[in-house]
Amino acid sequence: MGKVIVVTSGKGGVGKTTSSAALGAALAKGGDKVVVVDFDVGLRNLDLVMGAERRVVYDLVNVIQGEAKLTQALIRDKRVETLYLLPASQTRDKDNLTSEGVEKVIAALKSVFDWVICDSPAGIERGATLAMRHADIAIVVTNPEVSSVRDSDRIIGLLDSKTLRAENGEHMEKHLLLTRYDPVRAERGDMLKVDDVLEILSIPLLGIIPESMDVLRASNLGCPVTLADDRSAPSIAYCDAARRLKGENLPIMIPGEKRGFFGKIFGRKAA
Amino acid sequence: MNFRRFFSRAQSAPAARERLKVLLAHERAAVGDSDLVTKLRDEILRAISKHMQIDSDKVSVKMERGAQVSTLAVDIEIPFELTRKAA
Repeated sequence: MGKVIVVTSGKGGVGKTTSSAALGAALAKGGDKVVVVDFDVGLRNLDLVMGAERRVVYDLVNVIQGEAKLTQALIRDKRVETLYLLPASQTRDKDNLTSEGVEKVIAALKSVFDWVICDSPAGIERGATLAMRHADIAIVVTNPEVSSVRDSDRIIGLLDSKTLRAENGEHMEKHLLLTRYDPVRAERGDMLKVDDVLEILSIPLLGIIPESMDVLRASNLGCPVTLADDRSAPSIAYCDAARRLKGENLPIMIPGEKRGFFGKIFGRKAA
Repeated sequence: MNFRRFFSRAQSAPAARERLKVLLAHERAAVGDSDLVTKLRDEILRAISKHMQIDSDKVSVKMERGAQVSTLAVDIEIPFELTRKAA
Protein backbone atom coordinates (compact mmCIF):
# COMPACT_ATOMS: atom_id res chain seq x y z
CA MET A 1 0.00 0.00 0.00
CA GLY A 2 1.35 3.39 -0.98
CA LYS A 3 1.32 6.52 1.11
CA VAL A 4 -0.95 9.44 0.32
CA ILE A 5 0.56 12.90 0.71
CA VAL A 6 -1.33 16.16 0.42
CA VAL A 7 0.63 19.28 -0.49
CA THR A 8 -1.41 22.17 0.85
CA SER A 9 -1.12 25.75 2.12
CA GLY A 10 -4.36 27.70 2.15
CA LYS A 11 -2.73 30.65 0.44
CA GLY A 12 -2.13 30.63 -3.29
CA GLY A 13 1.19 31.21 -5.00
CA VAL A 14 3.39 29.86 -2.21
CA GLY A 15 4.71 26.91 -4.23
CA LYS A 16 2.34 23.97 -3.83
CA THR A 17 2.48 22.88 -7.46
CA THR A 18 6.22 23.47 -7.78
CA SER A 19 6.78 21.48 -4.58
CA SER A 20 4.43 18.65 -5.63
CA ALA A 21 6.28 18.24 -8.93
CA ALA A 22 9.73 18.59 -7.38
CA LEU A 23 9.10 16.14 -4.52
CA GLY A 24 7.32 13.69 -6.82
CA ALA A 25 10.23 13.72 -9.28
CA ALA A 26 12.79 13.42 -6.48
CA LEU A 27 11.03 10.37 -5.02
CA ALA A 28 10.62 8.79 -8.46
CA LYS A 29 14.28 9.35 -9.32
CA GLY A 30 15.11 7.04 -6.45
CA GLY A 31 13.06 4.30 -8.10
CA ASP A 32 9.79 4.65 -6.18
CA LYS A 33 6.56 4.59 -8.16
CA VAL A 34 5.01 8.02 -7.83
CA VAL A 35 1.82 9.65 -9.08
CA VAL A 36 1.15 13.35 -8.68
CA VAL A 37 -2.55 14.24 -8.74
CA ASP A 38 -3.76 17.73 -9.61
CA PHE A 39 -6.85 18.66 -7.56
CA ASP A 40 -7.11 22.19 -8.89
CA VAL A 41 -10.13 21.59 -11.12
CA GLY A 42 -10.65 24.54 -13.42
CA LEU A 43 -7.19 25.97 -12.90
CA ARG A 44 -4.88 23.06 -13.54
CA ASN A 45 -1.19 23.83 -13.75
CA LEU A 46 0.67 20.75 -12.65
CA ASP A 47 0.66 19.50 -16.25
CA LEU A 48 2.43 22.70 -17.30
CA VAL A 49 5.02 22.61 -14.51
CA MET A 50 5.78 18.99 -15.36
CA GLY A 51 5.92 19.66 -19.08
CA ALA A 52 3.03 17.35 -19.99
CA GLU A 53 0.49 19.98 -21.01
CA ARG A 54 0.31 18.75 -24.58
CA ARG A 55 -0.25 15.16 -23.61
CA VAL A 56 -3.39 15.55 -21.50
CA VAL A 57 -6.20 13.45 -22.92
CA TYR A 58 -8.33 12.53 -19.93
CA ASP A 59 -8.41 13.98 -16.46
CA LEU A 60 -9.44 13.33 -12.87
CA VAL A 61 -13.05 14.37 -13.48
CA ASN A 62 -13.32 12.05 -16.49
CA VAL A 63 -12.18 9.18 -14.29
CA ILE A 64 -14.57 10.08 -11.48
CA GLN A 65 -17.49 10.38 -13.89
CA GLY A 66 -16.62 7.03 -15.44
CA GLU A 67 -15.82 8.51 -18.84
CA ALA A 68 -12.28 7.19 -18.81
CA LYS A 69 -10.32 4.47 -17.09
CA LEU A 70 -7.67 5.48 -14.60
CA THR A 71 -4.94 3.94 -16.77
CA GLN A 72 -6.08 6.07 -19.71
CA ALA A 73 -5.87 9.29 -17.73
CA LEU A 74 -2.42 8.70 -16.19
CA ILE A 75 0.42 10.39 -18.06
CA ARG A 76 3.85 8.88 -17.77
CA ASP A 77 6.77 11.28 -17.43
CA LYS A 78 9.20 11.23 -20.34
CA ARG A 79 12.28 11.65 -18.17
CA VAL A 80 11.61 9.40 -15.17
CA GLU A 81 9.72 6.25 -15.97
CA THR A 82 8.30 5.68 -12.50
CA LEU A 83 6.74 9.16 -12.39
CA TYR A 84 3.12 9.68 -13.42
CA LEU A 85 0.72 12.59 -13.53
CA LEU A 86 -3.05 12.62 -13.13
CA PRO A 87 -4.20 15.99 -14.44
CA ALA A 88 -7.17 18.00 -13.24
CA SER A 89 -9.94 19.05 -15.56
CA GLN A 90 -9.60 22.50 -17.04
CA THR A 91 -13.15 22.96 -18.28
CA ARG A 92 -15.35 21.23 -15.73
CA ASP A 93 -16.65 22.73 -12.56
CA LYS A 94 -15.05 21.68 -9.29
CA ASP A 95 -18.44 20.37 -8.10
CA ASN A 96 -17.75 17.37 -10.32
CA LEU A 97 -15.33 16.16 -7.68
CA THR A 98 -17.38 13.90 -5.46
CA SER A 99 -16.21 12.54 -2.18
CA GLU A 100 -16.93 8.93 -3.20
CA GLY A 101 -15.29 9.40 -6.60
CA VAL A 102 -12.12 10.81 -5.08
CA GLU A 103 -12.05 8.01 -2.53
CA LYS A 104 -12.22 5.35 -5.25
CA VAL A 105 -9.48 6.97 -7.34
CA ILE A 106 -7.16 7.38 -4.35
CA ALA A 107 -7.72 3.78 -3.27
CA ALA A 108 -6.92 2.52 -6.78
CA LEU A 109 -3.77 4.66 -7.00
CA LYS A 110 -2.61 3.62 -3.54
CA SER A 111 -2.67 -0.04 -4.50
CA VAL A 112 -0.31 0.54 -7.43
CA PHE A 113 1.95 3.44 -6.46
CA ASP A 114 4.38 3.89 -3.55
CA TRP A 115 3.47 7.56 -3.27
CA VAL A 116 0.26 9.38 -4.20
CA ILE A 117 0.95 13.12 -4.03
CA CYS A 118 -2.17 15.29 -4.03
CA ASP A 119 -1.53 18.84 -5.20
CA SER A 120 -4.20 20.88 -3.42
CA PRO A 121 -5.80 24.02 -4.83
CA ALA A 122 -5.51 27.21 -2.79
CA GLY A 123 -8.32 28.12 -0.41
CA ILE A 124 -10.33 25.99 1.99
CA GLU A 125 -13.19 25.03 -0.33
CA ARG A 126 -14.21 21.67 -1.72
CA GLY A 127 -11.15 21.03 -3.88
CA ALA A 128 -8.80 21.67 -0.98
CA THR A 129 -10.76 19.63 1.56
CA LEU A 130 -11.09 16.70 -0.85
CA ALA A 131 -7.37 16.80 -1.64
CA MET A 132 -6.53 16.47 2.06
CA ARG A 133 -9.34 14.09 2.99
CA HIS A 134 -7.56 10.77 2.37
CA ALA A 135 -4.03 11.85 3.17
CA ASP A 136 -1.68 9.93 5.47
CA ILE A 137 0.84 12.77 5.50
CA ALA A 138 0.39 16.50 4.96
CA ILE A 139 3.04 18.86 3.67
CA VAL A 140 2.17 22.43 4.57
CA VAL A 141 3.90 24.79 2.16
CA THR A 142 4.56 28.17 3.76
CA ASN A 143 6.37 31.34 2.79
CA PRO A 144 8.10 33.36 5.55
CA GLU A 145 5.44 36.04 5.32
CA VAL A 146 2.52 36.94 7.61
CA SER A 147 -0.44 36.09 5.37
CA SER A 148 1.03 32.74 4.38
CA VAL A 149 1.76 31.77 7.99
CA ARG A 150 -1.77 32.72 9.05
CA ASP A 151 -3.33 30.65 6.26
CA SER A 152 -1.07 27.70 7.08
CA ASP A 153 -2.28 27.84 10.66
CA ARG A 154 -5.86 27.64 9.40
CA ILE A 155 -5.00 24.69 7.16
CA ILE A 156 -3.32 22.88 10.05
CA GLY A 157 -6.59 23.28 11.95
CA LEU A 158 -8.50 21.71 9.05
CA LEU A 159 -5.99 18.87 8.75
CA ASP A 160 -6.62 18.10 12.40
CA SER A 161 -10.40 18.11 12.03
CA LYS A 162 -11.60 17.45 8.49
CA THR A 163 -9.40 14.57 7.31
CA LEU A 164 -10.40 10.91 7.56
CA ARG A 165 -7.49 10.29 9.89
CA ALA A 166 -8.58 13.07 12.20
CA GLU A 167 -12.19 11.89 12.17
CA ASN A 168 -11.05 8.39 13.12
CA GLY A 169 -9.08 9.80 16.01
CA GLU A 170 -5.76 8.95 14.40
CA HIS A 171 -2.73 11.20 14.29
CA MET A 172 -2.37 13.30 11.15
CA GLU A 173 1.31 13.56 10.28
CA LYS A 174 2.12 17.14 9.27
CA HIS A 175 5.34 18.65 7.95
CA LEU A 176 6.34 22.20 7.23
CA LEU A 177 8.01 23.02 3.93
CA LEU A 178 9.30 26.57 4.07
CA THR A 179 9.63 27.93 0.54
CA ARG A 180 10.98 31.12 -1.02
CA TYR A 181 13.28 31.60 1.94
CA ASP A 182 15.90 34.31 1.62
CA PRO A 183 18.61 33.81 4.27
CA VAL A 184 20.12 37.25 3.65
CA ARG A 185 16.85 39.10 4.26
CA ALA A 186 16.08 36.90 7.27
CA GLU A 187 19.51 37.62 8.75
CA ARG A 188 18.95 41.32 8.15
CA GLY A 189 15.72 41.08 10.16
CA ASP A 190 13.38 41.83 7.30
CA MET A 191 11.98 38.35 6.85
CA LEU A 192 10.58 35.89 9.37
CA LYS A 193 13.26 33.41 10.33
CA VAL A 194 12.92 29.65 10.17
CA ASP A 195 12.66 29.50 13.95
CA ASP A 196 9.94 32.17 14.04
CA VAL A 197 7.74 30.20 11.65
CA LEU A 198 8.44 26.92 13.45
CA GLU A 199 7.61 28.44 16.81
CA ILE A 200 4.32 29.85 15.54
CA LEU A 201 3.10 26.81 13.59
CA SER A 202 4.78 24.16 15.76
CA ILE A 203 4.89 21.33 13.25
CA PRO A 204 8.15 19.57 12.32
CA LEU A 205 10.26 20.97 9.50
CA LEU A 206 10.63 18.94 6.32
CA GLY A 207 12.87 21.35 4.46
CA ILE A 208 13.79 24.90 3.56
CA ILE A 209 13.64 25.82 -0.11
CA PRO A 210 15.57 28.98 -0.95
CA GLU A 211 14.18 31.74 -3.13
CA SER A 212 15.90 31.03 -6.42
CA MET A 213 15.92 31.81 -10.12
CA ASP A 214 16.27 28.10 -10.77
CA VAL A 215 12.65 27.47 -9.74
CA LEU A 216 11.26 29.87 -12.34
CA ARG A 217 13.68 28.60 -14.93
CA ALA A 218 12.57 25.01 -14.33
CA SER A 219 8.88 25.89 -14.64
CA ASN A 220 9.61 27.88 -17.81
CA LEU A 221 11.05 24.68 -19.23
CA GLY A 222 8.28 22.46 -17.92
CA CYS A 223 10.68 20.43 -15.84
CA PRO A 224 10.43 19.72 -12.10
CA VAL A 225 13.32 21.61 -10.48
CA THR A 226 14.73 18.36 -9.11
CA LEU A 227 15.15 17.04 -12.66
CA ALA A 228 16.36 20.30 -14.18
CA ASP A 229 19.67 20.76 -12.40
CA ASP A 230 20.97 18.34 -9.79
CA ARG A 231 23.24 20.87 -8.18
CA SER A 232 21.01 23.92 -7.87
CA ALA A 233 20.20 24.96 -4.29
CA PRO A 234 16.41 24.36 -4.57
CA SER A 235 16.98 20.98 -6.22
CA ILE A 236 19.27 19.85 -3.38
CA ALA A 237 16.79 21.13 -0.79
CA TYR A 238 13.85 19.28 -2.41
CA CYS A 239 15.86 16.07 -2.81
CA ASP A 240 16.82 16.22 0.88
CA ALA A 241 13.16 16.79 1.80
CA ALA A 242 12.19 13.75 -0.27
CA ARG A 243 14.77 11.64 1.56
CA ARG A 244 13.37 12.83 4.89
CA LEU A 245 9.91 11.74 3.74
CA LYS A 246 11.38 8.30 3.23
CA GLY A 247 12.54 8.31 6.82
CA GLU A 248 16.15 9.39 6.52
CA ASN A 249 17.42 11.59 9.30
CA LEU A 250 19.31 14.35 7.50
CA PRO A 251 20.35 17.58 9.19
CA ILE A 252 18.42 20.56 7.84
CA MET A 253 20.55 23.20 6.15
CA ILE A 254 19.65 26.79 5.56
CA PRO A 255 20.35 26.91 1.87
CA GLY A 256 22.33 29.87 0.60
CA GLU A 257 24.51 30.72 -2.32
CA LYS A 258 27.64 30.22 -0.22
CA ARG A 259 26.92 26.66 0.71
CA GLY A 260 29.52 24.59 2.43
CA PHE A 261 31.55 27.56 3.56
CA PHE A 262 28.90 29.70 5.22
CA GLY A 263 26.15 27.13 5.07
CA LYS A 264 24.69 26.70 8.47
CA ILE A 265 23.83 23.36 9.89
CA PHE A 266 20.94 23.19 12.26
CA GLY A 267 21.17 21.38 15.53
CA ARG A 268 17.46 20.69 15.29
CA LYS A 269 16.29 17.23 14.39
CA ALA A 270 14.66 16.86 11.02
CA ALA A 271 11.01 16.00 10.60
CA MET B 1 21.76 59.33 2.38
CA ASN B 2 20.24 55.99 1.40
CA PHE B 3 23.19 54.32 3.02
CA ARG B 4 22.37 55.74 6.44
CA ARG B 5 18.70 54.98 6.09
CA PHE B 6 19.53 51.41 5.31
CA PHE B 7 21.36 50.97 8.59
CA SER B 8 19.05 52.99 10.80
CA ARG B 9 15.88 51.29 9.57
CA ALA B 10 14.26 49.12 12.22
CA GLN B 11 13.89 45.42 11.54
CA SER B 12 10.39 44.39 10.47
CA ALA B 13 10.52 40.64 11.08
CA PRO B 14 10.12 40.89 14.90
CA ALA B 15 6.94 42.93 14.38
CA ALA B 16 5.61 40.32 11.97
CA ARG B 17 6.34 37.61 14.51
CA GLU B 18 4.56 39.37 17.38
CA ARG B 19 1.54 40.31 15.27
CA LEU B 20 1.15 36.74 14.10
CA LYS B 21 1.44 35.33 17.61
CA VAL B 22 -1.33 37.55 18.96
CA LEU B 23 -3.59 37.03 15.96
CA LEU B 24 -3.23 33.27 15.90
CA ALA B 25 -3.75 32.95 19.63
CA HIS B 26 -7.17 34.54 19.07
CA GLU B 27 -8.00 32.66 15.89
CA ARG B 28 -7.15 29.30 17.43
CA ALA B 29 -9.36 30.02 20.43
CA ALA B 30 -12.25 31.02 18.24
CA VAL B 31 -14.21 28.63 16.06
CA GLY B 32 -15.93 30.79 13.52
CA ASP B 33 -17.21 33.88 15.24
CA SER B 34 -17.86 32.37 18.60
CA ASP B 35 -15.03 33.80 20.65
CA LEU B 36 -15.83 35.57 23.88
CA VAL B 37 -15.28 39.13 22.75
CA THR B 38 -17.47 38.67 19.70
CA LYS B 39 -20.16 36.99 21.79
CA LEU B 40 -20.13 39.84 24.29
CA ARG B 41 -20.38 42.37 21.51
CA ASP B 42 -23.43 40.64 20.01
CA GLU B 43 -25.18 40.10 23.33
CA ILE B 44 -24.62 43.64 24.52
CA LEU B 45 -26.08 45.02 21.31
CA ARG B 46 -29.00 42.61 21.53
CA ALA B 47 -29.73 43.67 25.12
CA ILE B 48 -29.70 47.30 24.16
CA SER B 49 -31.91 46.80 21.16
CA LYS B 50 -34.60 45.42 23.47
CA HIS B 51 -34.96 48.85 25.04
CA MET B 52 -34.31 51.13 22.16
CA GLN B 53 -34.02 51.17 18.43
CA ILE B 54 -30.32 51.08 17.73
CA ASP B 55 -29.28 53.68 15.24
CA SER B 56 -26.12 52.24 13.78
CA ASP B 57 -24.68 55.71 13.36
CA LYS B 58 -25.01 56.29 17.07
CA VAL B 59 -23.26 53.12 18.18
CA SER B 60 -19.56 52.66 18.12
CA VAL B 61 -18.08 49.28 18.93
CA LYS B 62 -14.35 48.94 19.23
CA MET B 63 -12.42 45.75 19.84
CA GLU B 64 -8.77 45.53 20.58
CA ARG B 65 -7.28 42.08 20.76
CA GLY B 66 -4.12 42.03 22.79
CA ALA B 67 -1.72 39.29 23.84
CA GLN B 68 -2.81 39.27 27.49
CA VAL B 69 -5.96 41.38 27.56
CA SER B 70 -8.61 42.20 24.99
CA THR B 71 -10.86 45.21 25.36
CA LEU B 72 -14.35 45.81 24.12
CA ALA B 73 -15.65 49.36 24.11
CA VAL B 74 -19.30 49.99 23.27
CA ASP B 75 -20.29 53.60 22.98
CA ILE B 76 -23.99 54.31 22.51
CA GLU B 77 -25.86 57.55 22.30
CA ILE B 78 -29.16 57.32 24.16
CA PRO B 79 -31.66 60.03 23.19
CA PHE B 80 -33.06 62.13 26.06
CA GLU B 81 -36.71 61.08 25.42
CA LEU B 82 -35.88 57.47 26.09
CA THR B 83 -34.28 58.12 29.47
CA ARG B 84 -37.27 60.23 30.50
CA LYS B 85 -39.78 57.57 29.44
CA ALA B 86 -38.03 54.93 31.49
CA ALA B 87 -38.01 57.04 34.64
